[in-house]
Amino acid sequence: MVSRRSPALDLERPRGGYLSRGNVVSLLSQLAVVALVIGGGYLLFATTQANLEQRQIHSGFRFLSFEAGFSIGDSLIPYSPSDTYGYAFLVGIINTFFVSILSIVLATVVGIAVGVAEVSRNWLIARLGEIYVELLRNVPLLLTLIFMYTVVLAGLPAVRQSIDLFGLVFLNQRGLYLPRPLPLDGFGYVAAAFAAAVVGVIVLVRWARRHHERTGTAVPVLALSVALLLLAPLVAYVAAGLPLDWELPALKGLNFRGGWVCRPEFAALLVGLVLYRGAFIAENVRAGIVAVGKGQREAAAALGLPPGRTMHLVVLPQALRTIIPSTTNDYVSLVKDSSLAVAIGYPDMVSIGGTMIGQNGQAIEVIGMWMAIYLAINLLVSLLMNWANVKAQLVDR
Amino acid sequence: MPEVFTPSPALPPPPSTVGAIGWMRENLFKGWFNSALTIVALLFIGAVVPPLASWLALDATFSGDAAACRASGGACWSFIAAEARLFMIGTYPIAHAWRPLVSGLLLLGLFVATARHLLPPLTAAALWLLLPLPVYWLLGGGLGLEEVEPAKWGGLMLTLLLAVVGVVVSVPCGILLALGRRSRFVAIKSVCVGLIELVRGVPMITILFMATIMMPFFLPQGVQVGIVFRVQIGIILFSSAYMAEVVRGGLQGIDRGQHEAAAALGLKRWHTTLFIVLPQALRDVLPPLIGRCIALLKDTSLVIIVGLLDFLGIAKAAAKDPQWLGFDAEAFVFCAAVYWVLCFSLSRYGKSLERRGHGAFKK
Repeated sequence: MVSRRSPALDLERPRGGYLSRGNVVSLLSQLAVVALVIGGGYLLFATTQANLEQRQIHSGFRFLSFEAGFSIGDSLIPYSPSDTYGYAFLVGIINTFFVSILSIVLATVVGIAVGVAEVSRNWLIARLGEIYVELLRNVPLLLTLIFMYTVVLAGLPAVRQSIDLFGLVFLNQRGLYLPRPLPLDGFGYVAAAFAAAVVGVIVLVRWARRHHERTGTAVPVLALSVALLLLAPLVAYVAAGLPLDWELPALKGLNFRGGWVCRPEFAALLVGLVLYRGAFIAENVRAGIVAVGKGQREAAAALGLPPGRTMHLVVLPQALRTIIPSTTNDYVSLVKDSSLAVAIGYPDMVSIGGTMIGQNGQAIEVIGMWMAIYLAINLLVSLLMNWANVKAQLVDR
Repeated sequence: MPEVFTPSPALPPPPSTVGAIGWMRENLFKGWFNSALTIVALLFIGAVVPPLASWLALDATFSGDAAACRASGGACWSFIAAEARLFMIGTYPIAHAWRPLVSGLLLLGLFVATARHLLPPLTAAALWLLLPLPVYWLLGGGLGLEEVEPAKWGGLMLTLLLAVVGVVVSVPCGILLALGRRSRFVAIKSVCVGLIELVRGVPMITILFMATIMMPFFLPQGVQVGIVFRVQIGIILFSSAYMAEVVRGGLQGIDRGQHEAAAALGLKRWHTTLFIVLPQALRDVLPPLIGRCIALLKDTSLVIIVGLLDFLGIAKAAAKDPQWLGFDAEAFVFCAAVYWVLCFSLSRYGKSLERRGHGAFKK
């Protein structure tokens, strides 16, 4: 790493009085920039004010408390057109968060799988991984999204000809319909059991690490954790007398009612984001693995570690140090890419904001809100990933 | 006479370790897990490739009308051929089709000349910077050419125009921003940092909305800028911030000895930057700069959201042609193939640059 300003340049700085030539130049040029920014900003503000007055648009955020009047196709919280603009925008923010977080998780899974496949010793698997990455990376995301939405999902059967799985799950052009669980009275016990299991897993992991360091014998942490996480809620569920009811989707009139529904807009957005960003993450993973010296792998093999454990215990922990910083950028990009929802009609923050602009012309406020929230999300992701990065880098010898 | 030991000739390697069979044992069937993976992969290929091949080529219709296409069951490439003009130049008047063609040839010629080092670097850079002028003149008209309003620009032509002008203008802007970000003047530095981080923190679509919806508010009464130019300004703003970060990476990678040597020779600060630091930094960041060009080329497709008919927009529109209804898949596959060829060849070019010694980490 090179220091920002080399000492040589400091030597060059004149050391005369306050009015030395360097200082005057510095002061004047900085004043000029500040004046330019303030002047330009004022000019913009003044013209904008005049324009807004002429078009009779009242600036300000008062409109957020007015009735929205439009309906939203997909909402995670109860919403009706009589709710306010502010509440409608909140629906959009939640949708943006929901699709972003889900895509980040799934894209990471896809990315790691494909990235590991790309460096596989199996020739066929490695080529398939490469084809996937090159195919997805070199085509615009928007094209993938629109293709998913208008070609792949439009190929699904109409409502009347739905694909029917045991009368529980239905798939048609309007979406994927799943049974919805309705918690009854005793369901709190199941949730409590699950929480207890999570705490148990944390304790187990810590104990296992200490035990491993002390005695050298490994504890099958993964299997035990999965068993704990599954069994504890299950036992509580049975003990509390099966406190769960299922609401099945059923064909009523022209459409399915009830149950959980995954709309095609959401599915197309999710699949598109995951496939596209997964290709980039796969490249990061591949580059990270390749960057780990060959000697590390040979040493692991010489110690008798099988390939799977070499990957898990030797290569991946070291590769993570290169993978995490570049993948942080990909996560941030993914959150920003989720704004393409507007092109296929999934009601995220941008598409609901767009509807609001169309109705009341408050473009400046809405665009300001978009930008503020995206900046905040980016900051949040960067902070979280920096923390993860520090965790991964700490193991220095 | 002493008996001379003559070793018997070496046996050939066992047939199972050489040739195609040996290769397959080593790369496809080494261990049960490896073999299982191979079988799964083969099953996958067997399930995907034959139907894809029959749709793409074997059952496809290459000439004939929509009825013939629907009868065949495969892809309808005659639809692409029939709409070729729309795909390439949008609704640009056919009588003037030579103008986009000449512009494209100019672009291609300059690209080949640069990539093959037929021009001195500074001349090439100057020609790239000047390229938008003849292209705008050719496409838009004026000065003796009949005018064609930008509302009629579309298709691949518009995509390339937005991307190329975006790159050509945003690289110098990005260099200025990057230098400003490393400036010792606090005011300049904070303005540059603020601009770069603001733009990089928001999605491109919000910048495009800003350019299309908000920019008219910013302009004084009576001043009107067409939507194509507003979108172009938005793209340049967006791209400049990213270019700036790429260039900054190069600037930071320059060894401090370079600064010191220049100072020892008595070079002024600006001379050091211009003649010592910047040329080396730019050479180092050429591969990531190409990467940004690819990203920008793909990102220009977002202009369809604000209503322009670029290559992707035209593909969407062509599929709505009443004569050729129901061929969305063909339109998008063709569109994707063109984008793919452009982006993939650019990325290969970037990789070849890296091999030839460009790039900060391969010296």
